[in-house]
Amino acid sequence: MNPDHHVILRVVAKTLIPLITLYAFYVQFHGDYSPGGGFQAGVIFAVGIILYALIFGVSSALRLVPPTFTRGLAAAGVLLYAGVGIWALFGGGNYLEYGALVDEPEGGHHGQHIGIILIELGVLFGVAGSMLTIFYAFAGRVAEISDEDW
Amino acid sequence: METVAVSDMGLALANIILLTILFVVGIAIARLRSLFAIVMLSGVYSLVSATWFVMLDAVDVAFTEAAVGAGLSTALLLGGMLLTSRTAKAEKPFARLAPFIVVLVTGAILIYASVDLPALGDPDSPVNTGVGREYLERHYGEMGFPNVVTSILASYRGFDTLGETAVVFTAGLAVALLLGFGERSLAESIRKGGRK
Repeated sequence: MNPDHHVILRVVAKTLIPLITLYAFYVQFHGDYSPGGGFQAGVIFAVGIILYALIFGVSSALRLVPPTFTRGLAAAGVLLYAGVGIWALFGGGNYLEYGALVDEPEGGHHGQHIGIILIELGVLFGVAGSMLTIFYAFAGRVAEISDEDW
Repeated sequence: METVAVSDMGLALANIILLTILFVVGIAIARLRSLFAIVMLSGVYSLVSATWFVMLDAVDVAFTEAAVGAGLSTALLLGGMLLTSRTAKAEKPFARLAPFIVVLVTGAILIYASVDLPALGDPDSPVNTGVGREYLERHYGEMGFPNVVTSILASYRGFDTLGETAVVFTAGLAVALLLGFGERSLAESIRKGGRK
């Protein structure tokens, strides 16, 4: 295959992929004020990596984000979410009752904010890791995508 | 008063155009045999439905639909397509008759039921009274940030979202267990390709 065949595609993707990843984090941390949250951010992050895999080859993507890492990320996300619930139990509240995470006077919002940021991070990790694991499971079975395949 | 009527007309027109595009794309997907074209058209379908969700003021849903439907699932379907043949098998004549009747009857029932639905944005509809209104009134005082969707998903219904995250994780785990973890088969094929 001619290596320069997709040069425009690769140049455009090289500029877009960092922006997509940055946008994922914007969606993640701005979710309290605008549409979006952990789920959307996780999907957008995964799409950035998948775009990289489609254009630069799955094997380079596997070196960039190894499948062991995506599996671990997915599990860590679910555990982080569940762990926040247990942390609330130790704080004297119910499971996932964020108000019990910190000691604060009645009407304070810090517990809610900390809890929501942590569980949204858990959702981000869980979704991004799971989606990339699914993609690798599909794409890892095809060695090289040639132009005739489309 | 007049401007309200004009904007309503514009909304109705945009609704009709978007739903017509959805209908045409749906028919095209049902009739096409080339899997690549079907995958691309389903991405188009998701993108148009996302636009339509924005018109219904469901911005979070539209966002999710655009990211998942048009972005991720298109890529995943392409990956799935590469594992199989590129065209669907031609069907026997009348093989679609039974599904067509089922779809027709379901559609008729849904249209019949939609007559009783409350108008979009009706403040007295069951959606906007009861628990929905309660969330809207209380969330800012209890949470201290403006996006009510986030406060419902992450805090009021945090346990549901934990379940959803677990579902996504289980789906990833199940696909990986069924199809193999990917890297092993890939490494093998790269080794084979390198030898020749």
